[in-house]
Amino acid sequence: MTNDSAIMLRRNFKHTVRNPVTLFNAILLPVVMMLMFVYVFGDAFSVGGAYVDYATPGMLMMTLAYGLSATAVSVNSDMTKGIINRFKVMDVSRGAVLTGHVVSTVVRTIVALTVITGVAFLMGFSPSASFPQWLALIGVLLLTSIAVAWLTVALGLAAKSAESAGFTTVPLIMLPFFSSAIVPADKMGPGVREFAEYQPFTPIIESVRGFFNGTPSTGHTIAAIAWSVGIAVVGYLWARKKFTKRA
Amino acid sequence: MPAGTPAGTATPVLTWCNAVSGCVSGAEQARDRTAVDCSRMTSSAIVASGLKKAYGDKIVLDGIDLDVRAGTVFSLLGPNGAGKTTTVNVLTTLVSADSGTVRVAGHDIRSETKQVRAAIGVTGQFASVDELLSGEENLQLMADLHRLRGSAGKQVVRQLLRRFDLEQSAGKLASTYSGGMRRKLDLAMTLVGKPRIIFLDEPTTGLDPRSRRTMWTIVRELVADGMTIFLTTQYLEEADQLADRVAVLDQGRLVAEGTPDQLKRQVPGGHIRFRFADAPQLAAATRVLSGSTPDPDSLVLRVPSDGGVKSVRAALDRLDEYSVDVEEFTVHMPDLDDVFLALTGHSSTAEVSK
Repeated sequence: MTNDSAIMLRRNFKHTVRNPVTLFNAILLPVVMMLMFVYVFGDAFSVGGAYVDYATPGMLMMTLAYGLSATAVSVNSDMTKGIINRFKVMDVSRGAVLTGHVVSTVVRTIVALTVITGVAFLMGFSPSASFPQWLALIGVLLLTSIAVAWLTVALGLAAKSAESAGFTTVPLIMLPFFSSAIVPADKMGPGVREFAEYQPFTPIIESVRGFFNGTPSTGHTIAAIAWSVGIAVVGYLWARKKFTKRA
Repeated sequence: MPAGTPAGTATPVLTWCNAVSGCVSGAEQARDRTAVDCSRMTSSAIVASGLKKAYGDKIVLDGIDLDVRAGTVFSLLGPNGAGKTTTVNVLTTLVSADSGTVRVAGHDIRSETKQVRAAIGVTGQFASVDELLSGEENLQLMADLHRLRGSAGKQVVRQLLRRFDLEQSAGKLASTYSGGMRRKLDLAMTLVGKPRIIFLDEPTTGLDPRSRRTMWTIVRELVADGMTIFLTTQYLEEADQLADRVAVLDQGRLVAEGTPDQLKRQVPGGHIRFRFADAPQLAAATRVLSGSTPDPDSLVLRVPSDGGVKSVRAALDRLDEYSVDVEEFTVHMPDLDDVFLALTGHSSTAEVSK
């Protein structure tokens, strides 16, 4: 079982590395967004303090979402292009195929998050987090990326074609824009503000932001963990169900 | 047949028994009788009875019975939508039937799925290769999944690349392969696990004639190695070329089964065509040969015949007896297209082109 997962993971890594579009979307695009927001728009937003310090947690959240469409497409291609039948006849477990996708997505996300954090430091990012706070925020981001990876795998399985699979992750990419990622929620218009306050990405971003600032917010962190676990469970169960139905 | 089997009793059958399900214990008790029992019980690679499958209201398989002998090529012939792929999916444990039983390699597909999967290989209608891996990596992936470690795996990969003439492109991504190369790689991947029974679902659909012939040669080699091939095709010529037995599938039902020759014989349409120099000769021949149909425009006479030497000689003798000169003659055997038309009342191509 675990052996098959490792083989599938290796396969997915090769896919990632060989697909320049995936790497561009997952790593370069967030870097471009980061440069744009901080250098082009940053001065126009008043967030109290250096904008790069405010924006980095939000940018990390965007980075987390940007690479996902590749995962959805790749999961869907496995189903629609027939290779899943080959795996099934070879008794490769459902767990191995899906775990391979989730783990490779999480690893790719970690690489992208590391790059973005590096770029942030180059741009003058100066967090005041202590070592345990660093560990805590890494934990929150890791949990979130596992959660959205499972959800994305389910979305990929649910989509009819590879093209539509790529599209299903667009809401996940858009959500950070309507959160406290770029500007504080209380600066938004009515309606959008309420949405931003109650959607899952806002507590996750606020939790990470709290740890970076050295002022952890327990409420946001609990909400972030609850959302992540919820999304992970829903994604996992949905993916299992769809996989059984399709393959 | 494998060399070195003891002569005398029904050795080939016994050999297959051992290979397929190992009913050797019985052999110790009564050698001869066991050979007979085995031949009845286990020299079948695939036995299916009463297979039914419906998707919603649409009945896809409507009571299929199959018996495929080990070491032979069995072809399921039918137009698009006849239920060929569904049959393969059921037999290969990918889809479960609504009712009916199937034993593959001596194992029940429901209760012994694992053993069935270990004995079979499937190459689907759409080449299921990983396009973002090279040919070599695709094969290595299969070797890894089959737990062929280190040099053993590498050796299998190398052998298959050589056998399928893919060494030149081994390092290129499968997405750059031509249709024919892709099918070859697909089949090579299936062979990594050394299956005893191979399912080929329309292996040459969409291939150019040369690649099709290459695929045919490969299939013949596999059978020569002792494998059992279950082949679906919509090409009548392909079944005729490769199969020991052919079953004709139409709208989820088997409408005929037999050797290609048996099927052809079931069908009227075999005839001899005589051509004559002028109309009087044609008229004379028409009088002499009963049941014949003249075509005055082309001076051709069509005489029903089974195509055998005897009936051809009889017709020629009779014409000779009455001093009718024949310009030329040809013998027409019905091809599988005629079979399809006769068996189903509709042509196979009409369905395909819709």
